[in-house]
Amino acid sequence: MPVGPIRYSPINLGRWLVWGGFALVLIMAPLLFSSGSSLSLLSLMGTMMIFSLSYNMLLGQSGMLSFGHAVYSGLGAFFAIHAINVSSMGALQVPLTVVPLVGGVAGLLFGVLFGYVTTQRSGTAFSMISLGIVELVFACSLMFPGFFGGEGGVSGNRVFGQPFFGVSFGPQRQVYYLIAFWLFISTAAMFALAHTPLGRIANAVRDNPERAEFVGYDPQRVRFLMLMLSAFFAGISGGLTAINFEIVSAENVSAARSGAVLLFAFIGGTGVFFGPMLGAIVGVLLTVMLPEFTKAWLLYLGIFFIMIVMYAPGGMASLIMMTMRLLSAGLMPRVLPAMLRLALPVVIALTGFVMLIEMTYRLSLDAAHGTSLRWFGLNVDAASTPAWLIAALMLLLGGVLFLRLRGAFLAVWGDAQAELERHAAGRRA
Amino acid sequence: MITPALVLNDVRKQFGSTDIIRGVNLSVQPGERVAIIGPNGAGKSTLFNLISGRFAPSSGEILLHGRPIAGLAPSRINRLGLSRSFQITNIFHRLSVFENLRCAVLWSLGYRYSFWHRLGALKDARELAEQVMESIGLGWRRDTQAGLLTYAEQRALEIGITVAGGAEVILLDEPTAGMSRSESDKAVALIRDVTRGKTLLMVEHDMGVVFGVADRIAVVVYGEVIACDTPAAIRDNTRVQEAYLGGHAPAQESA
Repeated sequence: MPVGPIRYSPINLGRWLVWGGFALVLIMAPLLFSSGSSLSLLSLMGTMMIFSLSYNMLLGQSGMLSFGHAVYSGLGAFFAIHAINVSSMGALQVPLTVVPLVGGVAGLLFGVLFGYVTTQRSGTAFSMISLGIVELVFACSLMFPGFFGGEGGVSGNRVFGQPFFGVSFGPQRQVYYLIAFWLFISTAAMFALAHTPLGRIANAVRDNPERAEFVGYDPQRVRFLMLMLSAFFAGISGGLTAINFEIVSAENVSAARSGAVLLFAFIGGTGVFFGPMLGAIVGVLLTVMLPEFTKAWLLYLGIFFIMIVMYAPGGMASLIMMTMRLLSAGLMPRVLPAMLRLALPVVIALTGFVMLIEMTYRLSLDAAHGTSLRWFGLNVDAASTPAWLIAALMLLLGGVLFLRLRGAFLAVWGDAQAELERHAAGRRA
Repeated sequence: MITPALVLNDVRKQFGSTDIIRGVNLSVQPGERVAIIGPNGAGKSTLFNLISGRFAPSSGEILLHGRPIAGLAPSRINRLGLSRSFQITNIFHRLSVFENLRCAVLWSLGYRYSFWHRLGALKDARELAEQVMESIGLGWRRDTQAGLLTYAEQRALEIGITVAGGAEVILLDEPTAGMSRSESDKAVALIRDVTRGKTLLMVEHDMGVVFGVADRIAVVVYGEVIACDTPAAIRDNTRVQEAYLGGHAPAQESA
């Protein structure tokens, strides 16, 4: 491949730093968070990061809103767990390090099969067909217990064969590093893919499929190719999931899981390459840690998602990018005070809101635990009127304050945006 | 005899039971510039849609350099060397100006659906896109998102995308629609510049533009070409004056 011109070298240096930093973080993470639970959390994040990135090849890069992406990761996981079982019986020796690739190839093959059907259409019709496919595969998984293991799923044992230089993949830490290795490879591959002719034309098809046709491209073919490649990486993440949990069940090919990856990718941000990775981290944290604190976790997750869709449709990545731009333009000192002033009523209102939700749960679903709640060293009785009054007052007060301060904030924010644009224009001139 | 760049033989199109195009015959020589004029609803845009493959004709024959193209997919027709612009701006809104043009050159340079070439390393694609970008005067807007350009700039980009792939036959659908006088003067200069040596078909309402650019003018009325001749002959054609110009000779409008 020809080497780029010299003027691109500063960008390449930055790129080396970013990828080197990424590798370093992957290597260091289990040393900083070494407890058993954080290791399994990190492993889960790794698999979800690959899955979200592969999903964003469809949603962010090609404009295909799939409701059934778990089909590819899930089927990849089933093939991977069977590969593990066949290998541990000694019939066929697939090293565990290569098992994710089995998942990837399975994902790719089903991408060819199902993708051919789904990508015949675009837009809403594509979404509907993808939903149909995931329901179909889910139904099949219960109909063919021989392959899918029925209700209980298929389990396996990832420790087989002789340890290789002391690596048996028994300990979670070794599994983490296997996941981290595949995460790095997959991320690099997907990033590279986004910067190929196909990747760019996928963006063009996303923006305007008709125009793409009139510059020589068949949008259907572009969508099909992107879906196949995306299914491949989804399959890899499925293979790693199989290794990580040593069990694969119908849940792996469900619409619920397909919805989760959509949620994660969107929360992180579909417009920036690293957005879905961020979404996977935050999403896993929320879905794993939040249930330990509250029964209402799904409600909070839903509200969080709605807030993102309504007020930050570019996801968390877009918020980060905006902050970076404000910082580099030196506008942060101007925006920050107004932001902090707005944060206070938000915290008050949120506290009131959370109190109301938690007390409601305690009185209804969670009534068996009694009415007494303990928050930050304070005892609160969900059955007492004052607690409800205080909570309602906080929500009301915070809400009113928020509405009053919002105008001032929006004015400052608008000024900063205008300033940013002038900044950009000044740089061009 | 030279093969005409584009030939239409008795091309017809019906939508339901309505005849929109009622037997169009037209032959355009390589390098010729033909303007298509006609009242609103005469079928000019439909004609473009038939030629470029957006719709398939109900009957008749369309030849591009002697090859039949009627009913082919737009992408196939484009690959055979025919490119078109749109009346309503049709660009890749979220991509930068440069990326818009790079997308437009990729197929013609043979990169097709490649996912094994690194885009940044494709010198030919970058240089060609930059060259087109300079020629349409948007070099200083290189990294601006296309959706954020001014209307006139978007129209220029539209023309840039159309010509970037190096197609020999160019169809422009009302390239100066909605422009001010000075903007449309610029657009005319741009069109002349970027279509030099190419075959040009252009739907246009602005008589100044038509008489300034065209070698021949085809007049479409009710889905038929009622006349196709040099600007001078069209100006004096009584049938055209009656049918289309309502007695007002276009000479008065042309500068």
